[in-house]
Amino acid sequence: MAQPTSQTAALVVAETRDGAITPLTLELLGIARILALELGGAVAAMLVGDNSNAAEALAAHGADRVYLCAMPGAAPEYEGERWLPCVEHAVREIKPRTVLVGHTPAGGDLAPRLAFRLDSAVATGCVGVAVESGTVRFTRACYGGNVRETVSFTTLPAVATIKAGVGAPLARGASSGEIVPMAVPDVKPRTRVISRTREAESGKRLEDARIIVAGGRGLEGAEGFRVLEDLAAILGATVGASRVPCDLGWCPHSWQIGLTGKTVTPDLYFAIGISGAGHHLAGCGNAKAIVAINTDPDAAIFREAQFGIVADYRKVVPALAQALHKLKEEDRA
Amino acid sequence: MHIVVCVKQVPDPEAAFSMLKVDEQARKVVPAAGLQLVMSPFDEQAMEAALRVREARGEAKITALSVGPDIARTVLKHALAMGADEAVLVSDGALADAGSEATAYALARAIRRMDAVDLVLTGRQAADWDAGVVGCGVAELLGMPVITFACKVEVDERIVRVNRVLADGFETIEADLPAVVTVSNEIGAARTPSLRETMRAARKPLIVRSAFDIGITPDEIVRLAARRVRERLYVPVKHNHCELIAGADEAAQGAALAQRLREARLI
Repeated sequence: MAQPTSQTAALVVAETRDGAITPLTLELLGIARILALELGGAVAAMLVGDNSNAAEALAAHGADRVYLCAMPGAAPEYEGERWLPCVEHAVREIKPRTVLVGHTPAGGDLAPRLAFRLDSAVATGCVGVAVESGTVRFTRACYGGNVRETVSFTTLPAVATIKAGVGAPLARGASSGEIVPMAVPDVKPRTRVISRTREAESGKRLEDARIIVAGGRGLEGAEGFRVLEDLAAILGATVGASRVPCDLGWCPHSWQIGLTGKTVTPDLYFAIGISGAGHHLAGCGNAKAIVAINTDPDAAIFREAQFGIVADYRKVVPALAQALHKLKEEDRA
Repeated sequence: MHIVVCVKQVPDPEAAFSMLKVDEQARKVVPAAGLQLVMSPFDEQAMEAALRVREARGEAKITALSVGPDIARTVLKHALAMGADEAVLVSDGALADAGSEATAYALARAIRRMDAVDLVLTGRQAADWDAGVVGCGVAELLGMPVITFACKVEVDERIVRVNRVLADGFETIEADLPAVVTVSNEIGAARTPSLRETMRAARKPLIVRSAFDIGITPDEIVRLAARRVRERLYVPVKHNHCELIAGADEAAQGAALAQRLREARLI
């Protein structure tokens, strides 16, 4: 089916954290720019909330136009009932060919609902976006991260949630787009946020960490995380986990990396006592390098890792920590 | 109070992936003969959430609803054994592999035909396609509010209160009923049916409906399914070599790894 031309190749729905645009949003702008080059048309971004600094940051990182829905008094944090009408309004106004949203708790809520409101369709958890002969194709992970599905759309807009590490952000100053204030649609939210409860993280946010030390079922108990924390302390790393330790209460749920947890993109990822099931790799497969430590030489994680040690983590992790400590001392000397 | 739990049959996600074959030509995943079809674990947890609401309130009718092939009767029987009061299967050749949009449409139509529904629960996503679209779609099509990724669901009079999973914790959100809630794994393990409940389940009603019965036409399904085209289905090929670090003992291995990480400029 021939797709009608559009002035806007992609609309990126921005998310902020502590007032600043998230790194994933900047990656989406990078993808949007590629789509604009391939399809023709502009890159648009959409920001919900009264935050002109963040709007300017979007304009500086590749958005030709930033639609600012400055809802007065609205919490900057995502609320589906408040955000959806704004995004829906923007999409109906500017008719973009694609709507790109981060694969986050916000995106996972917003994107499917938006697609249904627009009588279109959605691809969630995308790990690739490409344009082939004028058609936008999204590749997504399914079957617990073991299979890839490439889809295209016959309806507009194509709505997609994109995982971290798929796109590359553009340098600041890549463009100087204009900021377009948008009227706030008059809606009555049907849900009410009563409170928000934060869980403690073990250091830097997992999404931002350059080094992550993650543990799995093979730790055999909560005390295993103390061993990992010692290693993380020396590396300045953040501790994470696969799903099993979270479900068993060995660590907070917010540490979970994988299909239903976080998607992380560190330079270095230690997978300790983690078998390497597809659903875990769905969250860490984009790490630059993986180090696997496992007693089972046949564990799938060794097929993903750059370096591996077949050994008991209780013995080898403290030894590694000690060796790293020594290297640090030598650096200082 | 009437709770509907939407459930789906999936190839057992606990089984080795080698039990599944990807037919790239047909763009389908084919389970090996003998691989069990089970209730998607997130849907099982949605059932668990419904049972906890009923226990807290003392009363609630729970209907398990599935859109699927005839074999989906097994997962509906499992729902009945867990404690659902009745089960409805919408089974129609036209709905096979029709995708999230058509499935949500069929579920919404089936729900609209039921007696006053107060709460619809679904898993956050199905363990096969991992899309996480159907629950939101059902809500939009029914014009109900939806709260996604629940790790706790409580009903207080005419209000549903949900703890919704965030990246760094959770938020407590409430909505007036009727509403849709999608349930995440953080809610905790689903119960195993007792022998007594399993025996009782055999006498509970399991109603089968066709697409025609719930008022949808093959044309509508084809149109919804056509919105998204699956162009390719494949297993990603890995080109990876893992360097195994040897050593006389763990201390030597640890030291050697530190050295190699330094040489590779990773630390």
